Amino acid sequence: MIDQQIGALFVQIAYIGASAAFILGLRGLTKPDTARRGMQLAAFGMLLAIIGTLLNHEIVSYEFIIIGLVVGSAIGLPMGLLVPMTAMPQRIAISHMFGALAVTLVGIAEFLHSREYAGGPGVIKMTAIGFETLFGALTITGSFMAFGKLQGFISGQPITFPGQKLINAAVFFGAVGLYIALVATQSGGSGGDSGLIMFAVMTVLALVIGVTLVLPIGGADMPVVVSLLNSYAGLAASATGFAIGNNILIVAGALDGASGFILSILMSKAMNRSFANVLFGAFGGEKTAVAAKSAEGLTTRSVTPEDAAMRIGYARNVIIVPGYGMAVAQAQHAVRELAELIEKRGGRVRFAIHPVAGRMPGHMNVLLAEANVPYDHLFDLDEINEEFHTCDVALVLGANDVTNPAAKNDPGSPIYGMPILNVQDAEQVIVVKRGMATGFAGIENELFYLDKTSMLFGDAKSVLSQVVTEVKGL
Amino acid sequence: MTALLTALGAAAAIIAATSGGTATAAVPTTLIDAQIVEVYVFLLAAFTGFQIITKVPPLLHTPLMAATNAISAISLVASIVIAGAERPLYINIMGMVAVAAATINVVGGFVITDRMLKMFKKTEAPK
Repeated sequence: MIDQQIGALFVQIAYIGASAAFILGLRGLTKPDTARRGMQLAAFGMLLAIIGTLLNHEIVSYEFIIIGLVVGSAIGLPMGLLVPMTAMPQRIAISHMFGALAVTLVGIAEFLHSREYAGGPGVIKMTAIGFETLFGALTITGSFMAFGKLQGFISGQPITFPGQKLINAAVFFGAVGLYIALVATQSGGSGGDSGLIMFAVMTVLALVIGVTLVLPIGGADMPVVVSLLNSYAGLAASATGFAIGNNILIVAGALDGASGFILSILMSKAMNRSFANVLFGAFGGEKTAVAAKSAEGLTTRSVTPEDAAMRIGYARNVIIVPGYGMAVAQAQHAVRELAELIEKRGGRVRFAIHPVAGRMPGHMNVLLAEANVPYDHLFDLDEINEEFHTCDVALVLGANDVTNPAAKNDPGSPIYGMPILNVQDAEQVIVVKRGMATGFAGIENELFYLDKTSMLFGDAKSVLSQVVTEVKGL
Repeated sequence: MTALLTALGAAAAIIAATSGGTATAAVPTTLIDAQIVEVYVFLLAAFTGFQIITKVPPLLHTPLMAATNAISAISLVASIVIAGAERPLYINIMGMVAVAAATINVVGGFVITDRMLKMFKKTEAPK
């Protein structure tokens, strides 16, 4: 008995230590030079929590635990070591699925167990288990859909059909209704089989919600969706903590929930759209009539890589604006080479990174860091926007809507009000782009028709390699 | 600072509201007490997280996502208990699958976060 108490005390101490390690670890992430050590501390905290749990007196056999740990490590380790940086958005999306799967299974197991052995979960526990299973299940399928869209086996275009919103609403209210009914009827443990059926149907409906939630959302809105799913996975983990009375789950889940929530808000703001608009708007699907206010009568100037090399090679101050096009073309290494070349010739190069450039928060930063671009060359929107008028050349690489001056000048534009990079303030603008296709908002970019703008058409990687060769020859 | 005060205010309000309800609810007081502490823990953790995470620069937002994902795989702790406790076989097996899924995130998540953070370098001092 005393042994058991000492054991329980040790577990609690391990959990408190782990919570502290998580919080301090995340604090490390506020600065690039403390980030790595912070995360090592967090990993140590995780180890502490796992060891503490293995000593839990409730555990009677270790076979299943060991099999699970071994299988999980065998899949997780190669995933961690081998996934290329370009595939990071997909990998983050699929990991939300794994996290949610664990949480959902725990929720289901807790529900079944408490029904059979504890005479029902009771109001408070049912509230927690229901929330956990509801959010967990919709995160499983939602993350899988996001993974599919990012990986490319599900169309990145918003998928819509007539009556979609009605069906979504019906499924959503069905699931929430069942959840409320479960909480109301399961209190005394006298739910009978109806409780089991309600729980099963609620879980299935939650799985359906995950699919219908992500189906109509386009590729460019993925940063918001991935952040939101991150938040849901965290909240579900926190609910697990409430269900089994375990504080460390509550703490870690709350941290994750807060992080995902903050990121979703930041991403929505950077697109000047509300949460609801991202989730229910299916932006980018409707080629709006506004697109008609288009390129008629306007012409672009196209240049060759040689011309571009002349301008870039003699520039003193260059700002590079990367976008999803750079990621698609995997042009980050060619960009770094060009940047180094300009610096060697005495110019200054900075990178201007829009919060929603790419497919997840921070996507461009990771790719450029991978290509060995020092992080003190990377600047946020706020940091660099006033600097564009001082630069000789702004080089736009596969970025489109985030540079569209219509967001400032044209109140009729669908992206009016969205914060953009002030690329048009630069003395000259060179835009590297595959063709004249519009960006995710489906609208024309006035920037491309300015007198100071030259278009350099082609695949970002091969075009830049040519520019690099030309600059070398200057 | 103001956010912290709001946090405490909110926590106090929730406690007041909930404990007001104990008089009428037919639930043992000790259970309510335990739940209150959990609500406390959740709120404080959420506000701490909010304070810290708003300070993470956009530069590190992708590593942040990978890291919080690894941390929220703490559900491994719950999965381990379910896989190893004295429960019916099917529940143990569900626990085992949960352990495997959470372990993927713990191992993969921390490894990948470290790989990313290793890449972020400053400009080298001129030689």
